[in-house]
Amino acid sequence: MDTLAQLGNGFAVALTPMNLAFSFLGVLLGTAIGVLPGLGPALTIALLLPITFKVDATGAFILFAGIYYGAMYGGSTTSILLNTPGESATIITALEGNKMARRGRGGAALATAAIGSFVAGTIGTLGLTFVAPIVVEFALKFGPAEYFSLMILAFVTVSAVLGNSAIRGLAALLFGIWLGLIGVDLQTGQARFTFGILELLDGVNVIVVAVGLFAVGETLYLATRYRYGKDEILPIKDSLWMTREDWGRSWKAWLRGSALGFPIGALPAGGAEVPTFLSYYLEKKLSKKPAEFGKGAIEGVAGPEAANNASAAGVLVPMLTLGLPTSATAAIMLSAFQSYGINPGPQLLMTQSNLVWGLIASLYIGNVMLLVLNLPLIGLWVKILAIPAPLLYGGILVFATIGTYGISQSPIDLILLYVIGGIGFLMRKYDFPTAPVIIGMILGPLAEQEFRRAMTISQGDVTVLVTRPLSLTLLVLAAIALAGPHLYRWWARSRK
Amino acid sequence: MQERSSGAIAVAIGFVLVGVVVGYETSQIADTPLYAKVGPKVFPSFVAGGLILLGLALLWDAWSGRWKAEDDDESRPIDWSALGWLGFGLLFNVALIGTVGFILASTVLFASVARAFGSTKPARDIAIAFVFAAIVYIGFAKLLGINMGTGLIERFL
Repeated sequence: MDTLAQLGNGFAVALTPMNLAFSFLGVLLGTAIGVLPGLGPALTIALLLPITFKVDATGAFILFAGIYYGAMYGGSTTSILLNTPGESATIITALEGNKMARRGRGGAALATAAIGSFVAGTIGTLGLTFVAPIVVEFALKFGPAEYFSLMILAFVTVSAVLGNSAIRGLAALLFGIWLGLIGVDLQTGQARFTFGILELLDGVNVIVVAVGLFAVGETLYLATRYRYGKDEILPIKDSLWMTREDWGRSWKAWLRGSALGFPIGALPAGGAEVPTFLSYYLEKKLSKKPAEFGKGAIEGVAGPEAANNASAAGVLVPMLTLGLPTSATAAIMLSAFQSYGINPGPQLLMTQSNLVWGLIASLYIGNVMLLVLNLPLIGLWVKILAIPAPLLYGGILVFATIGTYGISQSPIDLILLYVIGGIGFLMRKYDFPTAPVIIGMILGPLAEQEFRRAMTISQGDVTVLVTRPLSLTLLVLAAIALAGPHLYRWWARSRK
Repeated sequence: MQERSSGAIAVAIGFVLVGVVVGYETSQIADTPLYAKVGPKVFPSFVAGGLILLGLALLWDAWSGRWKAEDDDESRPIDWSALGWLGFGLLFNVALIGTVGFILASTVLFASVARAFGSTKPARDIAIAFVFAAIVYIGFAKLLGINMGTGLIERFL
């Protein structure tokens, strides 16, 4: 009952006209950038981080959360009509959704994606509402050693388990951790890796890194490939009303997708890709018309789209209760908390009760807004897709300049932006994941801090990490996550 | 044996070098044992060691041909003219934003990016770029109060 009272209080916060306006602005902006290929919520929130100096924390986070959820809705539109998934989590949606659009069933695909996102987003937010307080109870038992081990586990899962290569994932992560260490060490006052550049004493700004990787790097990469093939935007030929059969085939897929997405998103491993893949294979297996898969099966849109949105809500659980971001977007939101001087963690729900519950309540409200924005107004979003690429990317780079130059008016930040953009281009070309860079950059210094705390408490005894049962369990899980796939392959081969 | 990608090998070597630089810079950090149980060098040493090890693993992957660029396809070479236009726009922006101001620097940046993406109407691009940059400047500098510096046009706004 306590949770419900808190949630009611949250609604009182979220329903003030100012916060409603922030939520609306967020979902509007989020949908728009979700629709634009190559732009994601992490980049958008990074560009908007400077508003944290002007707006109160609650309003800013309601805005960010709206962008986060809105981008999930917008991304599915692009996948279905353009077959260029904006984010890895919507690759699966493109698989069946684009086929449906080719067969003239684009309207039904968009409808099942939007309604499925609404259902899953609401279920996921319900999950967040009731699971978060339980996780907090548990997390209060954590000492620095446990936190450090938990971060190691998250490091391994976000970089080594997802993606094509564990080595490249870990390489990206360590590069990010190094970027995070640049600047004055807060505990000892020593400058680290500043190469004599005064501007680097304050550290590298996460905005510069996020915008460099996601905007500059992405633009460079796309420019070198642009002349090879342009995607055509498929017109919507049918109505957005789903038939009785569509409903019958969709609703179970939505529920199953949500059931997969939320728990997997809420694990400290995070990532929306795994649940969308799982949901796709599950739906294929359970479908009464498996032959339709690959040709545009509606379950193949409904399930993964639901899984994607439910896991987006799930990712907020470790982020709000443990201060543990498991996606690039969550990592940038964490840095927004830091710029308000708020430390996310088990205490957050108590010390910032209005902020957290207002944020959660705004997710319920945002979901309703998004359903309205995405069904009747879908034609408007499709028009955004028609912006010619030369103008679109020109505009993106101008915004990238504002985002970085506006922080400090220092050309150093612009040079850093372009260097990181160049690195992002190489990473994209040579198939490195970029999200671990951002996660490492934010989480690396926090891991160092917990490690130091643990060592201070244990009088410098490193074995504390393996003698405390909870900490040991987390480290064993990390080792399994790292070695497990290799052992499995070896075992499968030796059985032949 | 698959074919090696020389680009991937170069990236791997570059990565090892980053690790070596991080290692060297770590050794240059002054130690102050008085302040903390775990000094400022400990964590960076882990990172440096990890970077070098992973760099060597990358090199091994590249050498054995298991890892190459996603589009290392001979039939689709890099579009150097596009990269050139982009590079020009970015360098111009860095070099001149401080003197000519955000609006003019951004106009050039926007138009060169548009050129890189295959636009054949430079006059239209420059016109759109100028209007766009001016609107964005007014929006950010005047409405949101973000300091975007001054310049040839900005001083009259």
